[in-house]
Amino acid sequence: MWRKSVRAPYYKHLIRNMIVTIIGVSFVPVFLVSVTIYSTFVKAYHEKVRAQLMALVENHKRQIDAFLNARMADILFLSETYTYDQLSNEAFLQAKLLSLKNNYGGIFVDLGVVNAEGSQVSYAGPFRLSQANYADAHWFQNVMKNQVVVSDVFLGLRGFPHFIVAVKRFQGDRPWVLRATIDFIAFNNLVENIHIGKTGYAIILNKNGEMQTKVRSNYQPPAGCYGQFIDCTKPITREVNIEERLDEDGVPTIVVTALLKNREWLLVFQQKLDDALADQRRAQIISLFIFAVGGLCIVAMSLLLSIRMVNRIAEADEEKALMNKQVIESGKLASLGELAAGVAHEINNPVAIMVEEAGWIEDILTEPEFKENPHMAELARALKQINTQGKRCKEITTKLLSFARGSGTAIRDLQINEIIEEVVTLSSQRAKYANVEMISCLQADLPTIKASETEMHQVFLNLVNNAIYAMEKSGGRIEFKSQRQDGHIMVEVADTGPGIPEAIIHRIFDPFFTTKPVGQGTGLGLSICYGIIRKMNGDIQVESVVGQGTRFIISLPVTGVEAGKSGKSS
Amino acid sequence: MSIANILLVDDEVPFVEAMTRRLTKRELSIQAAYSGEEALQKLAKSETIEVVILDIKMPGMDGMETLKEIRRRFPLVEVIMLTGHATVETGIEGMKQGAFDYLMKPCDIEELVSKVQTAAKKKRDHEEKIVQARVKEITGRRT
Repeated sequence: MWRKSVRAPYYKHLIRNMIVTIIGVSFVPVFLVSVTIYSTFVKAYHEKVRAQLMALVENHKRQIDAFLNARMADILFLSETYTYDQLSNEAFLQAKLLSLKNNYGGIFVDLGVVNAEGSQVSYAGPFRLSQANYADAHWFQNVMKNQVVVSDVFLGLRGFPHFIVAVKRFQGDRPWVLRATIDFIAFNNLVENIHIGKTGYAIILNKNGEMQTKVRSNYQPPAGCYGQFIDCTKPITREVNIEERLDEDGVPTIVVTALLKNREWLLVFQQKLDDALADQRRAQIISLFIFAVGGLCIVAMSLLLSIRMVNRIAEADEEKALMNKQVIESGKLASLGELAAGVAHEINNPVAIMVEEAGWIEDILTEPEFKENPHMAELARALKQINTQGKRCKEITTKLLSFARGSGTAIRDLQINEIIEEVVTLSSQRAKYANVEMISCLQADLPTIKASETEMHQVFLNLVNNAIYAMEKSGGRIEFKSQRQDGHIMVEVADTGPGIPEAIIHRIFDPFFTTKPVGQGTGLGLSICYGIIRKMNGDIQVESVVGQGTRFIISLPVTGVEAGKSGKSS
Repeated sequence: MSIANILLVDDEVPFVEAMTRRLTKRELSIQAAYSGEEALQKLAKSETIEVVILDIKMPGMDGMETLKEIRRRFPLVEVIMLTGHATVETGIEGMKQGAFDYLMKPCDIEELVSKVQTAAKKKRDHEEKIVQARVKEITGRRT
């Protein structure tokens, strides 16, 4: 797995990059689209809520105005239809009140006729107010000035919130006033009906910010012009107004105001923004939830994908590295082969000349006049040495050449076991001197392989020679094993020698790499083996434990037919 | 009379000289040529040459080509190939082309001499057979 490899940081980096890219690419558009849609929705919804509230308030304003106008009209009608004298008759008045009550339910509480001095001449209603004097009452002063008046809500003489609709009439020159008390509760219902959601409610204030309706909680509006719901410093341009502000608790609130009753009263509707936009909040929560779940999915997918991808990449890299290694190896061997062939030829010629010249000296020395020379023996030895060393050069170049292009013998179908047996026989003498025991454990009936006999001999002789050399001092055992393994023949040559140190094990197939003393080994044996096996599309591997031994595993592709059916060990 | 008349062909002058001295001492009559072309010229001039010792790797006309040419023009002359980097294959190739034998440099002088002798003997036997055949033909015509 790549996690343990040296390239782990690189792969981690790769995973990180992929995750970031996938998440980035998926999230950014989703995010942008969501934000755009969301903000548009919020704006549209907000507008809709505002428009709705405004329509509602305007509707109620009209309703309230209509209610007040209707009551006024009732009283006006009453005052116009009947004379002062008629209305001064309390029984008559009582009858009128009854008919009003019959027509409009309990809206009218009482009726009264007040003369110019403010004393009530006649009265019909539940309270004992017959002789009441309204000279100081605010509404009375107003009605004397304005003909018609609808008063603010006040407690008055009866100690009960109510308001008065009054009309001024003239009896000759003397003004008189017909007044009616409107049932506060009936009026209040008009406003109390306006509640929306959990927090939306309406109130009516007068110009001084005094409450004209009762509210559920004991809410007290700020004192001042219209309870400061309208900025009175500027001219009022619109009857209905909407704004968002913080209420006295600091909660954002939508406030819709509408002026009533010729701007004397103000209908105020308030609703907490959260409550007004509850649907939007719900949509918000749902979309956030979807966004979160989608995001989690994206993150999980990106993680999964990246890790999977990087695993694949790591596998491919590993394969590539292996291939590269093999290509380099074979390339190295090939170029070395070229070099070896050139070197062999270039060296063989001068060596041949040297050897021939030495031979010539030898020839001359056979002349009779040199017979008596005291250095004759020494000269002969020296010339022989030249000859021997020349032969050694030749041997090296021959090996180099066979490494470079194989010994060139014919390729035919071979039984690998026969080759091994031959090698064992060939080496048995040497092995005996080195006190090395040779054991072969060969699977019978192996299929044949296509190979050159001499090359195969060379491979196994090289391996055996190396093994014997390694165990020359200590003695030991060489074990041959052959067996079939899915399409390949595996041959193992294992010794019990000192093993190959870790530091050099990867170099043992390199040409000219040798651990033998100078002059004893050419360092070509194993590279020749490697070259031969690779040429046959086989593989040679080495396993070694220092102090325990070395095992060469050769795998050769099967080309021939199987000699028998069942495999047996012999 | 020398054991055999030899033409030694190699582009390496010192080698040819050393070999000439050594082989002359062993009572072989040596002519030297330093290229394939020269060898063919010498063969054309001198009818006495029995064996050619031919280096395979030479600049210009190489050993193989020279061998083919010799076999074509002087079929009775025996050729021993001498190579600086012999492989069994080049040896076999040479022998397929009609060479008598091949040796690898540096070679053992005695071995070379014995091969030359065998080659010369073969050539002489061959020539003798031809002579006898001719004689037979002539005598046959008479009877």
